[in-house]
This record gives sequence, structure tokens and C-alpha cells, in this order.
Amino acid sequence: MTDIIPDKEDSLEPPHDDREFTIEARAQWKTILRRFMRHRLAVVSLTLLVLISLWAFLGPIFWKYEFAALNTKQKSLSPSWQHPFGTDDLGKDGFARIMRGTQRSLEIALMVSIIATTLGVTIGAIAGFYRGWVDAILMRFTDLVLVIPLLVLVAVLSAGVPKAPWYTIPVLLGLFGWPLMARIARGEFLSLREKEFVEAARALGVSNRRIIFKHILPNLAGPIIVNATLTVSGAILIETALTFLGLGIREPEVSLGLLIEKGLPAYSTRPWLFWFPALAVVLVSLCVNFIGDGLRDAFDPKQNRVRA
Amino acid sequence: MSLLEVKDLSVNFPTEDGLVQAVRNVSFTVERGEVLGIVGESGSGKSVTSMAVMGLLPRSAKISGSVKYDGIDLLTLEQKQRTAYRGNRMGMIFQDPMTSLNPVYDIGWQLSEAVRTHNNISKKAAKLRAVELLKLVGIPQASKRVDAYPHEFSGGMRQRVMIAMAMANNPDLLIADEPTTALDVTVQAQILETLERIQAESGIGIILITHDLGVVAGMADRMLVMYAGAVVEDGTVDEIFYEPRMPYTAGLLGAIPRAGEAGGKLNQIKGTTPSLINLKPGCKFSGRCPLVIDTCLRTEPLLAPTDQPTHLAACHRWNDLVGIDASALFLQETAG
Repeated sequence: MTDIIPDKEDSLEPPHDDREFTIEARAQWKTILRRFMRHRLAVVSLTLLVLISLWAFLGPIFWKYEFAALNTKQKSLSPSWQHPFGTDDLGKDGFARIMRGTQRSLEIALMVSIIATTLGVTIGAIAGFYRGWVDAILMRFTDLVLVIPLLVLVAVLSAGVPKAPWYTIPVLLGLFGWPLMARIARGEFLSLREKEFVEAARALGVSNRRIIFKHILPNLAGPIIVNATLTVSGAILIETALTFLGLGIREPEVSLGLLIEKGLPAYSTRPWLFWFPALAVVLVSLCVNFIGDGLRDAFDPKQNRVRA
Repeated sequence: MSLLEVKDLSVNFPTEDGLVQAVRNVSFTVERGEVLGIVGESGSGKSVTSMAVMGLLPRSAKISGSVKYDGIDLLTLEQKQRTAYRGNRMGMIFQDPMTSLNPVYDIGWQLSEAVRTHNNISKKAAKLRAVELLKLVGIPQASKRVDAYPHEFSGGMRQRVMIAMAMANNPDLLIADEPTTALDVTVQAQILETLERIQAESGIGIILITHDLGVVAGMADRMLVMYAGAVVEDGTVDEIFYEPRMPYTAGLLGAIPRAGEAGGKLNQIKGTTPSLINLKPGCKFSGRCPLVIDTCLRTEPLLAPTDQPTHLAACHRWNDLVGIDASALFLQETAG
């Protein structure tokens, strides 16, 4: 029984430090990046989205027309070298307007995603970590927010403030768009809090707050990033829908939704007013979706098969 | 004054089916420089006892008794004062080294965290201390290895890291909860050797929880045998191994396979441990004991000195175990 223990004389000497290691530490993000790069459609989408963003944010600096400038001499022109996306009935340049609209739509989507993700993760983390009555209250509240139709709610709230600045829409969408993230975060926390490394952190005397945000949260990087990305594409579509119904962004501000709404009545006579912004919406939200897909595959260690 | 003095510790969990009496009136002491082994099968309350000492039990647990560390009763402290002990004055090593390290941080971060939680020092100084700790537990090329992630370490190396984390703030007490259960035999020996070396160097007290009697025999000075939430035997390792005074211990000792005795019959203790919900009166081992008499069914024996004053056992019939080959007790029963 005792002979599995080495003699005391040997054990008092620390092991020698002379073995050679050639292994270099490989950070997790490198593995994730490598897996993402294998997802060709996602890489193409990411490149395209970067180009679209550069065009939307930097383009207006170089483009000769202002997005809100009226030019009564150049009304309702079809696409040409002068006006690649044509002009509308007030002579506003389509190219400038779509650049501006894409810029706003991207900004709105990003804001919604950041607000919703922050709120959702915090609420889900607290519910999942503390469980018990904290969990019960927070999750019933989440259910409540989840069953309110987002579109109707934001429509009602934004209609109440006629002169609201453009960022009321993303703030409202963000404030009510977090329940899904909260549920995901709660589920992850429920399982991670039982892991032994959390117990080990507790045994070290680490505070609850630090355990939640420093020890557990980084383990959720995958699901959070993936869900945040999908929120972005969802937000672009919701904003478009809201504005299309005349409840979102209002003139003189432009967004892609607004451009589509303005372009629709002229669909048969001046189709370019509808098709270009519609194409922009489809392109941007497709790109974001594919990126989200690629990220999900990259973060999921169990999935080795890469699609596309 | 003893380093750790646990007195009449009881832990109950109220459930819908009734009160689960996980730990019942457990008392023991640990001195500096001493290794106390706690053995028992799954569900005997050994882990709950250690969790109670660390203060890691869920809030639903009802704890009574006292846990004195250097004379201060930890059970009466506020949560905040309690946290100051955890990881600082006492460290803990867990069973499964594969999951006790956070997969998203490198080893250096996790060791630094252990140091920085209780000391206000710079990140750089904490990192240096991390390298120092890795050297202490015998990880080769510590300065390089400190930047590695847990998945790059083997089970044995991770368990060394866990020991390093537990030792980060030079605690006086180390609780090792089944530190070798999840490891290969050769790696087990290395981990125990590391623990022994650290103990010899720093003179800390260790509580070694295990169900491997071989580990206790090799490392511990004194040991407790737990059954159904209570201590049933308490004594030095030699006393208990050579002259068990409780049939349960005798059965455990007889159940160990020995090298060189192939073909020999192993002891079995028939039956299972009793449910800890709504315990019946009497000796909790009576249902499985070959020596059971009527008294055993009526009154639970208390832990009392036997033929040696340092050797305590909770058995009405400890006298009948004197002078017989106790390990054959269950074998005879099987044969007859």
C-alpha cells in the first residue's frame, strides 16, 4: 500500500528544470481566427461589409453632392455618370443619399446591438449566477418584455415624440431588444457557475462580482459575439420596417428604410429610387448574417465541418 | 492552540423530502505540520465537511457547531471577513484538475489572480510570483510555461498549477479534496510527492480528503473514517490500519486489492450507505455489519476512546475486534 509513494529522500528534491520545451503558447483567438478564415462566405462578407462601411462613412467627404442639397434643374434623372444612382423629384442626388442612409442604418444597427447586448448579458448573468428569487424576478420580467411586439411598442413610443432626434429609434429598439441575449447569457451562466474553476475562484476568495465579470463572462465570448452580430442584422431590418411604416427616421434625416419608403411610390416610373436602397439593405444584412454564421462556426469547438 | 479546531460540526440541507443530515457532530483538529486524512465513501460527508471549513457551502445549508481557525470561529464571521481567509490563510485543491482552471485565461493570469485577490501588488510583481509558484510545484521552464493556457497542460501539470494557486498566499492550511482521484497512478505519485515536499518546506497543515486508503497511508499522520455523515473512527494511521476498532474500517481495509495476492478473495461490504434523509436511530452501519447486536439497532454508539487513548471509535463492539484479523471479518461472513 505504501509503496506507491516514493521515498522521502527523493521527494524532498525539487524536479530539475532541464527538460526542453518547444511548444509555444497558442492563444485561443488565433484558433478562432483560423477557423473563421476557413469560412469563405463569411470572409467575403466581412470584406464586402468593410468596403461598404468605408464607402458610407468616408464617401460623403469626397462626393460632389450633399445628401440634402436640392437641385431643381436636375429633377428625376435616371442613373448616369453624373448621378450614378439617379436623382429624386427634388433633384437630390441618389448616390449621396444612399451613402448617408447606409451610414445611418449601420450606426443605428450598431447602437441597438451594443445596448441590447450590454443589457441582456448583464441581466442574464445576474439571473443565472444568483438563481433563486433574483432569477425568477428577472426572467419573468424578461418574458414580459419578450411578449411585447417590438415593432408596435417602438411605433407607439416614437409617435409620442414628434420631434425626436434620430437616435431615439436605436435607443428604444435597444432598450426592448435584449431578452434573447438575456436568455442565452442566463443559460450559459447556469451551466458555467457549476464548473470547478468557479468553485476554485471562490476558494481563492474572489468576490462574486469579479467571478461574474472576470471569470465567467469571458467564457461566453462566443455566444455573445454571435448573438450581437445577429442583432445587428435584425436591427437593420426592423429599422427599415419601422421607417417604411413612417414611424422611424424622419426627413431631413435619411436611412435606408426612409429611402425605400420614398422610392416605392415611384417604383414604376423611376425604379432606381426603390431598387438601389433596397439592394443596399439586402446586401448589408446578408453580409452581417454570413459573418455571424462564420463567427458561430469559429467559436464552436465541436463543429469541425465548415460550410460554404 | 491548534491551527484548526472543528467542534460538533453539523451540516443539514432542508429539502422537500426531509432534512438531509450531510454532516453530524464532526469534531477534529489539525496542527501545523500535520496531515489529517479523511476517508469515506461517496456521500459520507467528507467533502461537505471541507466545504464547511472553507465556507463554500450554499446558503441553503444549515450549519452548526464551530470551526476555529487560530482560535477565531469562522462560522460567526461576516461574509466579508470570511472571504479574507479563503485563499489567503487557507487554500483548497479540487478533484478534477481538467475543469478547475478557467479555459479562457493563461496560467499566469490565474496565478496572478490568486495573489492579487489578497495582496495589493502590481501585475508585474504578481506575474513574477506566478513564475516562482510554478517553480515551487516543479513545473519545468516555469518562465515560459506561465504564458500557456490550461488546455496545453496535462492533468498532472494542471493539478500542480492548482497546488500553486492554493499556495499563492502562503496559507497555513491546505485542504486537498481528492487531489489524485482523477489522475493516473504515476501522476498521482508525483502530485503526492509535490504535496509532501511543499509540506516539508513550509510546515503547513493539510487536510487530505480521499477514498484511496493507499494515499492516506502514505501521507497522513492521523486519519478520520467517516460514514453516513459522522466520524466513526479517529486515530493515527498506524492504529487504524493495523488495529481497526470499527467493523466498517475493517471492511474498507479488507477491500483493498494487494499486489502479489492474485486470486485471493476481496472483501465486499454488502449493501449501500443509508440515505441521509430521515436517518433511523441506532448505528448507521448496523444494516451492513457482521457483528450487529440488538443494542446497535437501538442506540447510536458515540465516538469514544478504545484501548489506545488517541484511538477513538464509534462502535458498541470494538472490544470484539481486539486481537483478531479484522480484515477477514467480512470474508468469513461471505463464506459462512
